[in-house]
Amino acid sequence: MFAMRDLKHAYDSTEVLRVDAWRVEQGSQWLVLGPSGSGKTTLLHILAAILRPTAGSVSIAGQDFAALKPADLDRFRGQRIGIVLQRLHLVASLSVVKNLLLAQYLAGVSQDGARVREVLGSLDVAGKAGAYPHELSFGQAQRVAVARAVVNRPKLLLADEPTSNLDDARCAHAFGLLESQARACGATLVIATHDQRIKARMRNHYVLGAQA
Amino acid sequence: MNLATVSAAYLRARALNTTLNVLLLALGIATITLLLLTTSQLEERMQRDARGIDLVVGAKGSPMQIILSSIYQLDVPTGNVSWKQAQELARHRAVRKMIPLALADNYKGYRVVGTNHDYVAHYGARLAQGRLWQAPLEAVLGADLAAQSNLAVGSTFIGAHGMGTREGEHMHDAYSYQVVGVLAPTGTVVDRIVLTDVASVWAVHADQHDIKDVMRVAELLPDDEKELTALLIQYASPLAAAVLPRYINQNSEMQAASPAYETARLFTIIGVGVDVLRGFALVLIIAAGLSVFIALYNALLERRYDLAVMRALGASPARLVALMLLEGLLLAGIGAVLGIALGHFLTEVLGVALTAAKQVAVTGWTWVPEELWLIGLALAVGIVAALLPAWRAYRTDIAGTLARG
Repeated sequence: MFAMRDLKHAYDSTEVLRVDAWRVEQGSQWLVLGPSGSGKTTLLHILAAILRPTAGSVSIAGQDFAALKPADLDRFRGQRIGIVLQRLHLVASLSVVKNLLLAQYLAGVSQDGARVREVLGSLDVAGKAGAYPHELSFGQAQRVAVARAVVNRPKLLLADEPTSNLDDARCAHAFGLLESQARACGATLVIATHDQRIKARMRNHYVLGAQA
Repeated sequence: MNLATVSAAYLRARALNTTLNVLLLALGIATITLLLLTTSQLEERMQRDARGIDLVVGAKGSPMQIILSSIYQLDVPTGNVSWKQAQELARHRAVRKMIPLALADNYKGYRVVGTNHDYVAHYGARLAQGRLWQAPLEAVLGADLAAQSNLAVGSTFIGAHGMGTREGEHMHDAYSYQVVGVLAPTGTVVDRIVLTDVASVWAVHADQHDIKDVMRVAELLPDDEKELTALLIQYASPLAAAVLPRYINQNSEMQAASPAYETARLFTIIGVGVDVLRGFALVLIIAAGLSVFIALYNALLERRYDLAVMRALGASPARLVALMLLEGLLLAGIGAVLGIALGHFLTEVLGVALTAAKQVAVTGWTWVPEELWLIGLALAVGIVAALLPAWRAYRTDIAGTLARG
């Protein structure tokens, strides 16, 4: 589904990430593991096409990112990639429904209220549709963030540390949501985490070592 | 969901800040609107009052005073001119038409103007009721005056001596005027005066000449003692402008004043005050622009994660620029519309106050094309205030912002 080759990323000539080769099949589910500072978030951002690597190539669904014009890359990101950020970052001035409609609008797909309700329903937050982010519990906000990530039926679903700060039961629940939502839209799932609890739940691991 | 709803949601989320910025801008726009409306109406009104009058002749004195007193009925006259000299002037070949004016009395602050029927015809005034005067002490009322006083056809009133500028003037109580007609509105100075025959003014002073039969005062009063206040003159040809004023100023005890020149001079004098107010209003608008800038810039800082998330959701940098510009435009647009509405309202309030003070009426229920420029100016201020925030939004470092947050 996606492939990386000779990938390197450096901030101010300090190398923070190196991936010699990594290929992932469509629909598979992966954990990116590694201690803090090992470049997990950087890798996720590169996969999400919001960060251009310093060197090397990334292609998703046969599409080389480097070959895309910026505007096309933005559209590609909006329509094909869903991302659940560690801090969720729902837009505070907009209600839950509008946060999801915003995702559809910015991705350039038609705004589909039925799809929004369906996704919210499948994540058990349909009752919070009109609520504003500050009125949600963390668990609800996380489900809304997942809903926003999958509302456009992405081909690649990314999650950054989705289970940190959660107790065991909630951790399992959050993990389950991502797994089932990815499967529901046939998306490849990549979760970046240092959480040892979910290690056992997924077969595919890509381990990043702490860089020198 | 589109950029406008997102912008509106952000503006709502900072309702107090938004309101203050909109008000600040609206005050500046309202001040300029008020100035535009009043000056354009005053100018138009003054031009309409002076239309077709090429020259005003009065007693020696300030030419502007002559214009103000005899065309606009505002100032006191400079003095009197002799009837005989006026008759001579009327026969001058450079004069096509001469309308005599004799000012002496007022009724509750409204001027009583003695003249002939040419004056009524000159301003295109039509009778709403009754007839024009045919004898001394018959009066015809201007439309505003008729509406604001309780006089009607058939009523009588006593004139007070003077121009209505002082309290406690002595009343010509021996003679009362009789209202014989009411004029329809003309939108000119005629609406605010009482019209009567020139001889009425002589009649109320007839006792000084021992004339008992006031109805025949025009015949009984010796020509040497007849006086007028001013003469409104229309030239026979454009060439007259070069000849007549000099002829009058050099060969008579009268003074010629050009309405076009004097009103232009008046507007340059008023213009200084208008410019000061306009400058003040511009300062308000610039302050509003700065305030909008600060608001948008702070909003940008608060919102940097939102902007990064929007990029992550597929928004192009141009979208974010559009979002910031739209927010500036929305603020400015609301401010402009509110300001113009407020300006019209204030002008109308002023107009009502001026009407009560028997001054030139202005109305808020009209508009001038310059208001479109004003809206353009406000929108430009909104865009300029949003430029730097928009540029910062354009440069959003998505990964860097999200990684820090």
